[in-house]
Amino acid sequence: MLSAKLFNAVTIFYMLSTISFFGYLASRNKTVGLAGSLLAWLGFALQTAALGLRWKESYDIGIGHAPMSNLYESVLFFAWSTVLIFGIIDLKYKYRIIGAFVMPFALLAMAWAQLYLPADINPLLPALQSNWLLYHVITCFLGYAAFAVACGVSVMYLIKAKSEAKGNEAAGGLMSQFPPTRVLDDLNYKAIMVGFPLLTLGIITGAAWANYAWGTYWSWDPKETWSLIVWFIYAAFLHARFTKGWVGNRAAWLSIIGFGATIFCYLGVNILLSGLHSYGSLN
Amino acid sequence: MSTNQRSFPGQIWDFFCSLKLTIFLLITLAITSIIGTIIPQYPNIDERYWATISAARRAFYDKLGFFDMYHSWWFLALLAIFSINLISCSIKRLPHVLKFVTEPAKTISETQQKIFPGKEFKLHGSVDDSRDRLTEFLASKFAAPVITKDGSHYHLFAQKNAWCRLGVYVVHFSILVIFAGAIIGNIWGYKGFVTLVEGQTINSVKARNNKDIPLGFEVKCDQFKVSFYDAPGGGSSQMPKEFKSILTLTENGKEIPGYKYVRVIVNDPLSYKGITFYQSSYGPANDPTTFYFTVRGRDNGKTEQLAIRPGIQSKLPDGRTVTIVDLTDNPGEGQVAVLALSDHGKEPKFFRVFKNNPTLDEMRGDNLIFNFTGTDARMYTGLQVNKDPGVWVVWIGCIMMCVGLCIAFFMSHKRVWIVVQHGYARIYGNASKNQPAFQTQFEALTEELQKQNI
Ligand code: HEM
Repeated sequence: MLSAKLFNAVTIFYMLSTISFFGYLASRNKTVGLAGSLLAWLGFALQTAALGLRWKESYDIGIGHAPMSNLYESVLFFAWSTVLIFGIIDLKYKYRIIGAFVMPFALLAMAWAQLYLPADINPLLPALQSNWLLYHVITCFLGYAAFAVACGVSVMYLIKAKSEAKGNEAAGGLMSQFPPTRVLDDLNYKAIMVGFPLLTLGIITGAAWANYAWGTYWSWDPKETWSLIVWFIYAAFLHARFTKGWVGNRAAWLSIIGFGATIFCYLGVNILLSGLHSYGSLN
Repeated sequence: MSTNQRSFPGQIWDFFCSLKLTIFLLITLAITSIIGTIIPQYPNIDERYWATISAARRAFYDKLGFFDMYHSWWFLALLAIFSINLISCSIKRLPHVLKFVTEPAKTISETQQKIFPGKEFKLHGSVDDSRDRLTEFLASKFAAPVITKDGSHYHLFAQKNAWCRLGVYVVHFSILVIFAGAIIGNIWGYKGFVTLVEGQTINSVKARNNKDIPLGFEVKCDQFKVSFYDAPGGGSSQMPKEFKSILTLTENGKEIPGYKYVRVIVNDPLSYKGITFYQSSYGPANDPTTFYFTVRGRDNGKTEQLAIRPGIQSKLPDGRTVTIVDLTDNPGEGQVAVLALSDHGKEPKFFRVFKNNPTLDEMRGDNLIFNFTGTDARMYTGLQVNKDPGVWVVWIGCIMMCVGLCIAFFMSHKRVWIVVQHGYARIYGNASKNQPAFQTQFEALTEELQKQNI
């Protein structure tokens, strides 16, 4: 299938973009940074086309559905969303260097999907034959992507804050590339401000769907519960800003832990725990 | 905190109003919730699980409510404290915010003048004249200002979207609304289950606690059907495509318009009088006791009906006998009967007859052509039956939460002050959210103002 080849090309674009961003980090050459962004955008455009194509291909073989129904497809969509959110932040705030901490997530996701996950287009089980699937997956994954960006920014914050505390803020050093901690803190907050409502919507559409499909909007299934755990962590993050002693480092850590929980909710639950969302499992 | 002077009730009040408690509760809820995702929860505990843990551990977990932790006393207590925290915090802060929104400070304080971005510019006309022109300017470019005289100078104050300061409270209130919806559902609703064999009618369902609940109307299952996806190589695969129950509802035996032969499939339930039926499971209701065939003579074309029961020899029109040996039901070929045909004591001949496929049997070459038309076996359909009068309250809470979050995060309360004095004026601005965007807007406003040459 053509779409599978396109996804391979996308992976290469994201890899080149990541390498450029690392190069930018080391060389501080603005052109290299710009190349990183352009490669990311090119890969993104290609991936958008490939996702559309895969959608069409599923109709061609007679089982037409949106490309968001199994683990492989969701990992692709996660990569796509991450690049989208990064792209928006890049355009809006012009701190290109963030790419060095965000594009690796997209690259990792693409490489994993392309190398290890079965890429077949499968028909949908009766439980998944619903438009709610689409709304649910899109909102959740855009939220996850925003949290990935927030996590990347938080890592930068911690590195920068540490080097500032040590006082080796030598002009021209690697750290001078990083935005000031104040800006990183703000970007972290902004990314979560985008991610939190999306996650909330994701949980709500999931609940609405569950209610429609089997009459219970909440059944404390492990996947549901983990999404709520993620939600609690980010709610704690949002309130941390109003509480003395919880800003700065602790907020950055909450954001990183939040993303760890997000990844567990997304993958760990399927691999290590059992639940209703069996469609995401590896086998 | 110097709470030494506070009275004891005062201290308790402060405790419940504190945001540190909020963070503690959110993190505690997050951590404790993990337990129920690792330890199996009622009612979905596999019997084999008990063998994997020691009796002492089982007793210990039982005591802590770990096998139903989301309904355990301590988890519910955490949620109760969470609600109290939310309510106390709102009671403490909301009046201030409401006052802030409805009676804003119309003059800008010394401190605010130091921290808010501002700009000074010269005035050419008299104070009164400038004041009027500035008022006009603000009204056309930002929002109509309120004018306050303060000694020799004037404060012009204009604001936009003051009400969006309430967004956070909408979010917080929505959580209580969702809790209320869940409680309503728990008290006045129920979850039940019913299995219906094709042709059967019921008027009550079994609730989780095994009590029978009357529905107030009757439900009949007319038919149940499963269909499978086509396998890649033709035929049908093992993968179910659709389970479908056809139901008819009646009230005191009378038909209800629009509720005759209603299709219920997964993701498309049926609701009547607040009670909803969801397609949940299915299976065979009984083993077949009779197999139906038609037999056609190749020579004379005569067709006869035949009912065969297992273990009993049935006579055929030509005097031979037939017995049923086996019934298989493989996806891809459907139901297949295996028959043994005996001709007066000779070795019986075995052959397979596919359901509703007489042409296939024609190829066998025998004078009698069999068509397998079915059995008396029935399917049953398993329906989840729910009544939840609180669900709408929950959805209203969810919508409030989304709207509140958008207001809290993406809208901002913008304020602009102009202090007019003899000869010069100073303009200040402040926004509750997204400072950089406001900064740009504020700078554009000041530039515009300077061009006016007031
Ligand atoms: C015990 C429970 C809670 C209490 C006492 C509480 C209290 C507060 C307080 C005092 C603020 C600051 C308002 C301000 O001054 O602007 C706030 C902000 C906020 N709270 Fe809560 N809250 C609680 C739970 C939650 C939960 C579960 C959510 C989840 C949706 C939430 C969402 C928010 C949001 C979105 C903000 C605004 C944050 C921002 O603007 O950055 N709160 N909360």
